[in-house]
Amino acid sequence: MLTLKNLSFAIDDENGHKDILKNINLTINEKKTVVITGPNGGGKSTLAKIIMGIEKPTAGQILFNGEDITDWDITQRAQAGISFAFQQPVRFKGIDVKKLLSLAAGSELNCHKQVCEYLSEVGLCAADYIGRDVDTSLSGGEIKRIEIATILAKKNTKLAIFDEPEAGIDLWSFQKLIQVFEKMHKTHNTILIISHQERILNIADEIILIADGHVEQIGTKEEIIPRLVSVAGSCDIYKGVNN
Amino acid sequence: MPNQLNDSELQLLEAISGLTGTPDGAYNIRLNGQAQSRASTQNITIEKKTDGKDGIDIRIEPNTINEKVYIPVIMDESGHSEMVYNDFYIGENADVTIIAGCGINNCGSHDSQHDGIHTFYIGKNAKVKYVEKHFGEGGGTGSRIMNPTTVVNIAENGLMEMESTQIRGINSTKRITNARIDKNGTFIVKEKLLTHESQYAESDFEVNLDGENSSANVVSRAVAQDRSQQLFTAKIYGNNKCHGHSECDAIIMDDAHIAAVPEIRANNPEANLIHEAAIGKIAGEQLIKLMSLGLTEKEAEQHIIDGFLK
Repeated sequence: MLTLKNLSFAIDDENGHKDILKNINLTINEKKTVVITGPNGGGKSTLAKIIMGIEKPTAGQILFNGEDITDWDITQRAQAGISFAFQQPVRFKGIDVKKLLSLAAGSELNCHKQVCEYLSEVGLCAADYIGRDVDTSLSGGEIKRIEIATILAKKNTKLAIFDEPEAGIDLWSFQKLIQVFEKMHKTHNTILIISHQERILNIADEIILIADGHVEQIGTKEEIIPRLVSVAGSCDIYKGVNN
Repeated sequence: MPNQLNDSELQLLEAISGLTGTPDGAYNIRLNGQAQSRASTQNITIEKKTDGKDGIDIRIEPNTINEKVYIPVIMDESGHSEMVYNDFYIGENADVTIIAGCGINNCGSHDSQHDGIHTFYIGKNAKVKYVEKHFGEGGGTGSRIMNPTTVVNIAENGLMEMESTQIRGINSTKRITNARIDKNGTFIVKEKLLTHESQYAESDFEVNLDGENSSANVVSRAVAQDRSQQLFTAKIYGNNKCHGHSECDAIIMDDAHIAAVPEIRANNPEANLIHEAAIGKIAGEQLIKLMSLGLTEKEAEQHIIDGFLK
């Protein structure tokens, strides 16, 4: 479904040249739940943004369902079925929850029932949130759950990317989050999650370990977890829910 | 009666007041400088001014509850220019909604200009919701100009909520609002403004919080596109124990210019005053988020602006 060929990303700024991703070669198979993990600063989020079209690779190729989408913009990729839940969701003055979910769905969601369905899946009571603006009045955990609800509302998702979905989410919501991924998995979506969380690693069909800009290892949880502790700077990457 | 208006006049009327027929309540519809139609009710009297000035006096009896007054102004005669004085006397304990607004259709080569001074005398314990929409259209080369001045006097325990909207269409506007608030009185303003092309808009508030425990909240949301220019000035003077807040939040686009000049002045040690002003372009992350839902950049931009000015 998704193939990355010789993908690289570098930045040049006042501190000089820095390679963020180095010659990444990956294939994400259809209907799989794949978790990308690895130390902070290893290039995981950059890779997710490159797949969505938010960042442009400096070299390499991206194939989605056999089509070269390297030069496609964000809108084209979204319309082709790639969805993206942001690590730090964006806030809008004057756009309420119902409107944002309607924009995600591609048509006005009129009935409470539809909006309620998406919100309850992420553990929010629709009556409390449907008319609230997606602005600074929402807490970090609330906006994070609404962000995930936009992915559920988006109609044509074939590949859903979640960039650290657990960040800012409380324990109770976390259980809901796992259920969301399990349900998406059952409905045959391909899911790509950037995460450090053991319980998210647990639901993965495949784990990709990225460190220092390149793929260290690809394998099952049993194969990858022992490796994590040996990766430099990894003491904080494999953490339990309560940490 | 509104049904004597032609189609384009009816469209203008609906755009500024929401009216599609004869209003329910007291009204005065002004067309190209003349009273096109007028009606009073038992509690609300609308009369032509007798002091020689062009305009009307609106008198609302004390204890008038849940009634509406419509005073829309329509201009579709290119080159027409007017200066109108409307005075509102709101009786004690009244609770009313006043829907004003001006629509100009200028298809000609001469400038059309409406200048209006609305003066409110809001009685003790009275509540007024004042809704004012400005709208312009027409393919002529003549400008559409509106300069509304609103003078507000709020007596003890009185309240005025003012909603002022101008979205596109007006080439030049200078809007002045001066308010004096007595004991326990409240003044709330929500202003929405969008300018484009080479339009100019100036909005100037001066609020005097004279009475003990008086309060004011002036909130402006503005979008400036193309080469348009805006100047927002808000002066809030705390002359007693009071609460005052002003907020100008603006999105700047293209080659536009926006200036926000907030001023707060405490003339009493128990005055509590806050001002906020922010100008910036649409945040890139907002565009990216909506594009990641499948919208084009233009569509995303439009939804962000629509929401901002909601």
